[in-house]
Amino acid sequence: MTVLTVAEHRRGELRDVSLELLTAGRELADATGGELHTAVVGGDVEAFAERLDREGVDAIHTVDEGEEFNHDVYTQVVHQLADAVDADLLVVPNSVNGLDYAPAVASRLDWPLVTDVVDLSYDDELTATRELYGSKVETTIDVHADRAAVTVRPAEWPAAEGTGDATVDAFDADVDESAVRSTVTGFEEVGGGEVDITDADVLVSVGRGIEEEENLNLIFDLAEALDATVSASRPLIDNGWLAKDRQVGQSGKVVTPDVYIAIGISGAVQHVAGMKGSDTIVAINTDPNAPIFDIADYGIQDDLFEVVPALIEEFQ
Amino acid sequence: MKILVTVKEVADVDDEFEIDGLGIDDRYVTYDLNEWDDYAVEAAVQIQEAGEDVEVVAVTIGDTDTEDTIRQALAKGADRAVRVWDDALAAAGLLDPETKARLIAAVAAEEDPDLVLTGVQSADDGFGATGVTLAEHLGFEWAAVVNDLDLDREAGVAHVHRELEGGVEELTDVELPAVLTIQTGINEPRYASLRGIRQAQSKELAEYTLADLGLTAADIESPLEQTDLYEPESEGDATVFEGSAEETASELAGLLREKGVGS
Ligand SMILES: Cc1cc2nc3c(=O)[nH]c(=O)nc-3n(C[C@H](O)[C@H](O)[C@H](O)COP(=O)(O)OP(=O)(O)OC[C@H]3O[C@@H](n4cnc5c(N)ncnc54)[C@H](O)[C@@H]3O)c2cc1C
Repeated sequence: MTVLTVAEHRRGELRDVSLELLTAGRELADATGGELHTAVVGGDVEAFAERLDREGVDAIHTVDEGEEFNHDVYTQVVHQLADAVDADLLVVPNSVNGLDYAPAVASRLDWPLVTDVVDLSYDDELTATRELYGSKVETTIDVHADRAAVTVRPAEWPAAEGTGDATVDAFDADVDESAVRSTVTGFEEVGGGEVDITDADVLVSVGRGIEEEENLNLIFDLAEALDATVSASRPLIDNGWLAKDRQVGQSGKVVTPDVYIAIGISGAVQHVAGMKGSDTIVAINTDPNAPIFDIADYGIQDDLFEVVPALIEEFQ
Repeated sequence: MKILVTVKEVADVDDEFEIDGLGIDDRYVTYDLNEWDDYAVEAAVQIQEAGEDVEVVAVTIGDTDTEDTIRQALAKGADRAVRVWDDALAAAGLLDPETKARLIAAVAAEEDPDLVLTGVQSADDGFGATGVTLAEHLGFEWAAVVNDLDLDREAGVAHVHRELEGGVEELTDVELPAVLTIQTGINEPRYASLRGIRQAQSKELAEYTLADLGLTAADIESPLEQTDLYEPESEGDATVFEGSAEETASELAGLLREKGVGS
């Protein structure tokens, strides 16, 4: 089958996931003896095309429409391109922007869509694996259709490497401007703030397991005893208990300390995206099935309200 | 102006659980209003409180057991609610975003809203695609992962921030009618007051079957079939400290000192 992947870029940078899609796409093209096409829409398409020309890519389609992502443009272009190359499978990043257009394209093509896929295989038909209930269980989904769309979780497939000899062509999309009913007016960098968690050697990171705002004292006491900095998972920032500059994860900061101590954090994929590069990861969590233990180097499967005071004691 | 807000009752799985066929054994599950939808309800109610003549209608897909959950939306200020259910839905396999969007679009066709608010995703199956699929069905404009919303009713525009990765927000103007998928942290969801809870009991909660919506069982057939559910093998090789809290804390302290922490 013909696989079409769509690259993602933002403010002049091609995002890594674009190269991961090529690996996922190549695997499926190989399994079915088909071709791998990739598309890049908007921005410096020539420069992006050069970077996308990795081993195993058969064709690159550049679409010179706008600078930045606009879902109305992407939806129209990707829809037309899927038709033009007679694609059987559309592969899009499971990113905030991917989820802003892939469902619309799939719906317009009348193709089934499976999102946040962590594994794909093909044996007469497509089977997608995804996670449920905050990564506690996995499920497989058989796609009973000739054509389908998937969004692929970042960092699940390795980036495609090597240099390819793909054909590069400029696709002349027909964008109906009257159907472009949203306008991107700018970007805003959030954060700043007083604490730079990206600079810390040791992070004591706290999650929803802390239960009450008052209990945060315990975490700050531990941080003081360890000469560490306090960071957190998202719910504590959403609650207004801690400032945004302490948030670790997909929509917060990416941190790589020597030691990361996750306390009462389940290890949701969007959290892990921000801390998996830490040298040593320690998890304290009552739930032995919590996904944080999958990436931890050391774990304590116990109540933080017992363990943390005992740990503070150790350092006094 | 009318705002439709989609809500879903989601399953939260206990620490220890058992799998039963293609689901989690019900003994290990508690149900609650989806976290993201709580923020969507709050966003809708805030628009209602700030403006004149705004009606908020909550819509859910779920059996009678989900009524307690949807009443939470009524207790927090939604004016009335619609619940879609049908024997055919009970018998159906996977309710994927396409199927859900089709059902909600049929409700929207009756209600004719100016704005639809959904959660970014549901906490249990996390497809994160129902809102945008719905927009496509309705021919509405949309924005996914909205963490700031400023509605200009006169101009018919929603000024939103979309929360991208890496602490970057995209500022976008979206023409109405639109579907916005609401991200946690956009506001502070209220707790339902006792008065609110009491009032919710007498608010209208309409039930629609497929036939009421002009749909048939064929409309909810999905080409996606769930074939397996299992606990993933742990990829980890974590060293787990065993013993009492004092013992594990002491082992951890030893490790941390070795790494030069706290010394
Ligand atoms: C688009 C998008 C972007 C996101 N971006 C981010 C992000 O940047 N960062 C982020 O963190 N999340 C992000 N999230 C949210 C993410 O999906 C999770 O909801 C969040 O990370 C959960 O935080 P948590 O682990 O603290 O809470 P939970 O998942 O509720 O976990 C709490 C944990 O505490 C444990 N616990 C409870 N009591 C105790 C106790 N007494 N002792 C020990 N352990 C205990 C529980 O077993 C559980 O594992 C994002 C989501 C979306 C959709």
